Amino acid sequence: MQKAIIVKNLTKKFKDFTAVDNISFEVSPGEIFAFLGPNGAGKTTTIKMLTTLLHPTSGEILLDGHDVNKDQDSARKSFGIVFQDPSLDDELTAYENMKFHAMLYRVPSDTKKIKDLLEFVELLDRKDALVKTFSGGMKRRLEIARGLLHHPKIFFLDEPTQGLDPQTRNHLWEYLINLAKKDNITIFFTTHYMEEAQNTAQKIAIIDHGKIIKVGTTEQILKDTKTNSLEKAFLKLTGNSIRDEDASGADRMRQHRAMFRGR
Amino acid sequence: MQTIYILWLRELTRYSRSRARIIGSLGQPLLFLLALGFGLGPVFQKAGQGSYFQFLGPGVIAMSILFTAIFAGIQIIWDKQFGFLKETLVAPVSRLSIMLGKTLGGATIATLQGIIVFVLTLFVGFHPNIAAIPLAIIFMLLISIFFTAVGISIASLLEDMQGFQLIMNFLVQPLFFLSGALFPINNLPKVFEMVVGLDPLSYGVDGIRGSLTGLTHYGLGIDFLVLFIMTSFILVLGSYLFSKIQL
Repeated sequence: MQKAIIVKNLTKKFKDFTAVDNISFEVSPGEIFAFLGPNGAGKTTTIKMLTTLLHPTSGEILLDGHDVNKDQDSARKSFGIVFQDPSLDDELTAYENMKFHAMLYRVPSDTKKIKDLLEFVELLDRKDALVKTFSGGMKRRLEIARGLLHHPKIFFLDEPTQGLDPQTRNHLWEYLINLAKKDNITIFFTTHYMEEAQNTAQKIAIIDHGKIIKVGTTEQILKDTKTNSLEKAFLKLTGNSIRDEDASGADRMRQHRAMFRGR
Repeated sequence: MQTIYILWLRELTRYSRSRARIIGSLGQPLLFLLALGFGLGPVFQKAGQGSYFQFLGPGVIAMSILFTAIFAGIQIIWDKQFGFLKETLVAPVSRLSIMLGKTLGGATIATLQGIIVFVLTLFVGFHPNIAAIPLAIIFMLLISIFFTAVGISIASLLEDMQGFQLIMNFLVQPLFFLSGALFPINNLPKVFEMVVGLDPLSYGVDGIRGSLTGLTHYGLGIDFLVLFIMTSFILVLGSYLFSKIQL
């Protein structure tokens, strides 16, 4: 069976710093794949390359068989994404955000499909409310619904549960697991909650200093590291030191944003 | 085409919903119009230049367009990180169509804003040639497109809002003050006249003023030609820079 994601010898250099260093991995269709690593390990850079936002220095990425660099539009059609920062238009309604997405991806923007998805994430009754009135959890749910609108084969989620309460988090994972089962959608996500990865992912990759240091099922990883939880295994593999990262432009803006919106 | 339309529609929908922003952005042009109009009007008249409102009206219209258009463009610094623009960057659409949609959307808003200011000037003593309004709107559209594209080009190069103040003080304000929006270009010192001649907005102000009042320095043909060439150039440059955006 064709793999959903194939990454071969992927490298990204920024000047003399190697953010991602010759990594390779594969994800099967319908698999829930957790991509873990400390801050600055290369997670976000990898996700950006997988989703065509950043060009690799070298290496190859195939999404559902489409080369991300050579066949960009087909590759883009094959995935949906929920970014770490919300990418909704606050001044538009939930419904309008969905409709614009459908038009961008040239899928029929018929009302039924949009309503079904909004129903799925339990936002149908708020469909005509402006997104700026939504809570963080509601926005995340809306983004999930939006990302599914064009029937993607692969769904990327960059820290989807960050800043959400346990109730919302559990709820969210219920949708996602259900989705992977029902529609055979491949889910690729990053998180800092090890428990979450342990509970939901069928396969886990741990990246540090730009290199993948471990790939496997939770059981394999626990066995190899002789630990009893993923958190302990993670710390054993990546060490206990705290990673300091220079703030990027995005981080600085995130701070401004937090100041102005009180988040 | 559909992408261009969606992005344009998005800008207009947002604009129509933000009444506070519309009213807020009228404050500055209104202040210039009233304070300078009433304040310098008598001096202007004594110097034998006629009604200052007649002169200032087009300048203030151009000013509101300049600020609205540049803001609309610059806004993508934010939008590409926290907004809908980020979602369009991973969608199966060309960067060129995103850039054009965004430019046309911002330009439409800037022109609408210019038209609102134009209507306001009518109440304080601006008497334009009504028949020439369509011609004036063409000039408004041209500078709207030009400056939105300038904003987008700058925003494509910037990582965060840090440089924003710099751009306001060293680009946008000088563009306005050196454009001949507030003073006649005739009889200026030679060097200063040259500086004014290098400012793209000068031709926009002159074009709007020329069509509405018949008073022009460069001539409407030159105004149009200069703006048209510069707009074409900046659209190409902006599209190139925008296509290079990586996050």
